[in-house]
Amino acid sequence: MRAPILKVEDLSVHFRIDAGEGLFRHDYQTIKAVDRVSFELAPAETLGVVGESGCGKSTLARAILGLVAPAGGRIAWLGDNLVGKTEDEMREKRRQLQLIFQDPYGSLDPRMTVGQIVGEPLKNFFPSMSKMQVRERVSGMLKMVGLAPEQINRYPHEFSGGQCQRIGIARALVVNPRLVVCDEPVSALDVSIQAQIVNLLKELQKKLQLSLIFIAHDLSVVRHVSDRVLVMYMGKVMEINDSERIYRNPAHPYTRALIESVPIPDPKLERERARRALGGELPSPTHPPSGCVFRTRCPFAQDKCAAAEPPLEELEDGTRVACVRYAEIKGELEL
Amino acid sequence: MALLEVNDLMVSFDTPEGVVHAVNGLSFDLEPGQTLGIVGESGSGKTQTAMAMMGLLSENGSASGSVQFRGQELLELSTRELSRIRGSKISMIFQDPVSSLNPYLSIGDQLVEVLTHHRDLKRKAARKRAAEMLHQVGISEPGQRMRQYPHQLSGGMCQRIMIAMGLLCQPDLLIADEPTTALDVTVQSQINTLMGELSEKSSTAIMLITHDLGVIAGLCDKVLVMYAGEVMETADIDSLFADPAHPYTQGLLKSVPRLDKAHSGILSAIPGNPPDLVDLPEGCPFRARCPHAFDKCIEHPDLFDAGEGRHKRCWLDELPPLEEEAEQEEHA
Repeated sequence: MRAPILKVEDLSVHFRIDAGEGLFRHDYQTIKAVDRVSFELAPAETLGVVGESGCGKSTLARAILGLVAPAGGRIAWLGDNLVGKTEDEMREKRRQLQLIFQDPYGSLDPRMTVGQIVGEPLKNFFPSMSKMQVRERVSGMLKMVGLAPEQINRYPHEFSGGQCQRIGIARALVVNPRLVVCDEPVSALDVSIQAQIVNLLKELQKKLQLSLIFIAHDLSVVRHVSDRVLVMYMGKVMEINDSERIYRNPAHPYTRALIESVPIPDPKLERERARRALGGELPSPTHPPSGCVFRTRCPFAQDKCAAAEPPLEELEDGTRVACVRYAEIKGELEL
Repeated sequence: MALLEVNDLMVSFDTPEGVVHAVNGLSFDLEPGQTLGIVGESGSGKTQTAMAMMGLLSENGSASGSVQFRGQELLELSTRELSRIRGSKISMIFQDPVSSLNPYLSIGDQLVEVLTHHRDLKRKAARKRAAEMLHQVGISEPGQRMRQYPHQLSGGMCQRIMIAMGLLCQPDLLIADEPTTALDVTVQSQINTLMGELSEKSSTAIMLITHDLGVIAGLCDKVLVMYAGEVMETADIDSLFADPAHPYTQGLLKSVPRLDKAHSGILSAIPGNPPDLVDLPEGCPFRARCPHAFDKCIEHPDLFDAGEGRHKRCWLDELPPLEEEAEQEEHA
């Protein structure tokens, strides 16, 4: 892999909650939303991040962008550690690190025109740009995301969901970022529109040589856009693997369970597939299981899984997996 | 006799922007015990069809046409008469399980209410029956769960409770409106397995509304593809997926990224956006986005008989099959 643009080491984000019942009966507990996560991202690479709701994927993204304070670890952005930076120091970095949100309508100010929405980051980061220059850049950007530059004076409510997501993409890309974090960018859209946006993101990434962190719960979309995939469960990394390999030979039982639960639009295959649905529910985040956090739902769990937390080990082919039984069960995980 | 016969159903809403034509002449029927999937994008009228059947349209909405349930015309019933059917003969589960439950009442009270209201059961008998039902939908320790409130339970658990509540009176028809859309894939798979088992065990017919073709493939016998408030195609599940007859169905199937096939890089999207329901275009509503559109499409096509119990609303006699077309694209 080329020299990483982003290197995250042992990143943790903790939240303190009050689980006490009643006004004065406090019972402070710590939730490890992100627990010692490490990964690297190469320039122009797309890393997919998947996991169930509450697994910490959005919190991980917010920590990288400096929107929540980590409890520990390092976030090396082009060799420079972002953890512990002041707001002023983060400012320039924020131009390079942009975010695309899930809700296409909710993330646009209804009282601003498209021109104002897409132009605002320019005013913020390049105050010396003239009005003409801003306008020109904005209409160029709108064209790039497939909107007509004539629509510059319209308001968000005049657009459909897919078009609003295009506006959100234009706003993120207008300041020439190096890394764009996409937090469930297509899950609120219809399939026919979802495909349009996925194609647009892929095309722009190629053209602008962007690095993307693509967070989604839809594994089939993630497979389509990502070079590598990171699988999270209860704040921890279960597996990091090449995107083609992970869907054929998942290395972690959790990854396999996730893939198996995706319905396939083919009635014959669906009937043949012996559904091995993952039983049970997520354990309480305040009292995670000892050892491997996944062991309470894992069909391969043994006594030794409870003994110690499995380290994230790198295999020969570059796969990283956190499972003590990996070598024994690897044949059974194949899809 | 069919359990449900819908004929020329129209639903429209008066809004400041004009009249929104949500459902435009929908007809279909459903046999006892059958599972019908209704698939379409947002705004295609699938939810409003269900709402009209249940008499749950918002105040500015009106429905015409006919919805016959066991020979009884639902659209003409008073609210009082409808409420005797709702929850006992036809039940409905919604997309968001947490907000469809009453936050002020315990799970047990909500379940018991259904039985004391519709079945005149005494509280004690009702509690026992409710606990059995919870057990059937895979909830452990039903007794303890019944003392809890909705906010104490996860989304998947709440949806199981909604399903249990929907089935308490052994209805003839269960309408499930995007029951798993708000849930994680792992929970979705649990809920779908559960619905499949329940429809096999009981004689309840299911009307499953979803945008996810994968969910339809796993659960349904028959499919109805909707676009702009109209049926574009109906077929039994195997022929629809193997050989979609309408360009819109093909487009939908092709735009879904799939896990079981090697991916080709670019997803095949349907260009453009669904039409404006206030100002519907003349002719075929899908015309503007259709890759096969020709002069004839300016006329509104009927729902033609396509043989073997299939119907399609399209002027084309034959469509290039799905696989062949994909290959051609690859060569080009």
